[in-house]
Amino acid sequence: MATTAVATGAVRDISDTSGPPRRPFHIGRLLAWIFMILVILASLFPFYWMLRTALSSNNALYAGSDSLLPVDPSLGGFQRVFGLQTGQEALDAGGAGQPIDFWHYLANSVIVATLITAGQVFFSAMAAYAFARLRWKHREKVFGFFLAGLMIPAIFTLLPNFVLIKELGLVDTLLGISLPTMLMTPFAVFFLRQFFLGISREVEEAALVEGASKVRVFFRLILPMSSAPIATLAILTYITSWNEYFWPLMVSYTDRSRVLTVALGVFKSQTPQTGPDWAGLMAATLVAALPMLILFFVFAKRIVNSIGFSGIK
Amino acid sequence: MATVTPVRKRPPDDTKLALLFIAPALIGFVVFMLWPTLRGIWLSFTRFNLLTAPEWIGFDNYVRMVQDPVFWNALKVTVYYVVVNIALQTALALAIAVMMQRLTKRTWLRGIVLTPYLVSNVVAAMIFLWILDYQLGIGNKVIELIGLDRVAFLADSAWVIPTIAVINVWRHVGYTALLIFAGLQTIPESMYEAGRVDGASELTMFRRITLPLLRPILALVLIITVVGSFQVFDTVAITTRGGPVDSSRVLQYYIYDMAFGRFQFGYASAMSVGLLAVLVVITFLQYRLTRASSSDLA
Repeated sequence: MATTAVATGAVRDISDTSGPPRRPFHIGRLLAWIFMILVILASLFPFYWMLRTALSSNNALYAGSDSLLPVDPSLGGFQRVFGLQTGQEALDAGGAGQPIDFWHYLANSVIVATLITAGQVFFSAMAAYAFARLRWKHREKVFGFFLAGLMIPAIFTLLPNFVLIKELGLVDTLLGISLPTMLMTPFAVFFLRQFFLGISREVEEAALVEGASKVRVFFRLILPMSSAPIATLAILTYITSWNEYFWPLMVSYTDRSRVLTVALGVFKSQTPQTGPDWAGLMAATLVAALPMLILFFVFAKRIVNSIGFSGIK
Repeated sequence: MATVTPVRKRPPDDTKLALLFIAPALIGFVVFMLWPTLRGIWLSFTRFNLLTAPEWIGFDNYVRMVQDPVFWNALKVTVYYVVVNIALQTALALAIAVMMQRLTKRTWLRGIVLTPYLVSNVVAAMIFLWILDYQLGIGNKVIELIGLDRVAFLADSAWVIPTIAVINVWRHVGYTALLIFAGLQTIPESMYEAGRVDGASELTMFRRITLPLLRPILALVLIITVVGSFQVFDTVAITTRGGPVDSSRVLQYYIYDMAFGRFQFGYASAMSVGLLAVLVVITFLQYRLTRASSSDLA
């Protein structure tokens, strides 16, 4: 954009190579690019370092801690993380020796994130439709209540919600982790209502005149017509619930309901205090991060463009 | 086909259907948001260990809170964290957003900057725990290479909060930058063209055009990030567990420890109410500003 903005400037950019610079503008631009390259490096290097360490063998890390490539490349870290090494093998390689199986936690994370996403998006869409299109008493008042919910920081409801989940007998279950955000979030309702309000009423009226019920209009018209924002919301919800730590930490106690974030914390606390199993830890971290990075790679454009002032949480 | 009889006057009321449509969300709202909020406030007036029924003790928890030096320390540590985190993050995010605006608006660049935001706080904490490790961390290797002394980033009480703040800046700065970037898009390009015609430098244009026009959005972003920053927990839980001593015992970690480490749910709830009060004030400001600026791009 900046280069196309001023035509004369752009032309001179090309012919300017021999002559002295007219003003420090070019230097500023160069510095700006250097800054951006540093930002890019800072954003990506930690990921590379995680990968590099995960592919090293732990015992070799001590001697080769400043090698930029994997030291004594090995998949040992991943084998420990997926429970493919025996206890003794793991101990010899610098691991904790306790059996650990990240496939199981991966499955738990997938189930929890899927339950939350499917439930939250669908039920919020239904509510959003009622708020946007149906005519009923107290509609604005109830919506006002939902909006007020946006002001309650999630963190405040966690303790009482834990007490509730305990009373429901759902502690240490995947359903217990999912339930509080499975039915709605005020943000999701608000976000979808905005889109539904923007859909032209004419198509809808036409369908109604032809005798379609409002339920049918919702499923056959409104939902398909808002598939883009719904997909965006679903992706964002999936990422958020996948990355959640505090709430699952409260609710899950055993492997039965441990999701990846919590398992990672447990794995970290098990590792030998003197001489941690960094290769194993980084392999586990990679396993926890990779699904979201893949998701991001696939939907990058959609996710990046969703962040604006409608996307504020 | 227009077999429409004299345009059927639809009943103006969809109450039954609407009830059906909002039922799941309404249940979710009442059971998991409204009720817990009220209950959290109520629990703050009780003694409750999760095993026996809560016992009403009036304002005792609040009296204890005011007299609890660890609470005040936690509040101090949290505010310190928020200040470092927000100052650094906002300055950096603003710089990144402006650079993206002036250099290239390509999606790939925004994608790269956003990447750290896609992984959890736990993942970010784990990676930096390793990078900043005293013995083997590449961070300390580099510091040594420059000729400085190694730093025990997460074990030295003077370093621990700035370090945690930086870790969270790493994860969140891209998101914040994209929010600001979205705000920048509302500034018409013609203003910069006019500035250039007048011979203004990039720096002058930043000071005279970008900053003033961005101020309402910047205020909004600031308030949102401050509210998020106050709730810091994950990074502390993974890296330091509040230590060394209490130097990284942020409020939310103290609350968690009180509830799940010592089973004093009543006192933990009282401190939650304290935190809530702070956050509601900030959120209220945010809400006012959102409506005032009406820059909803939806």
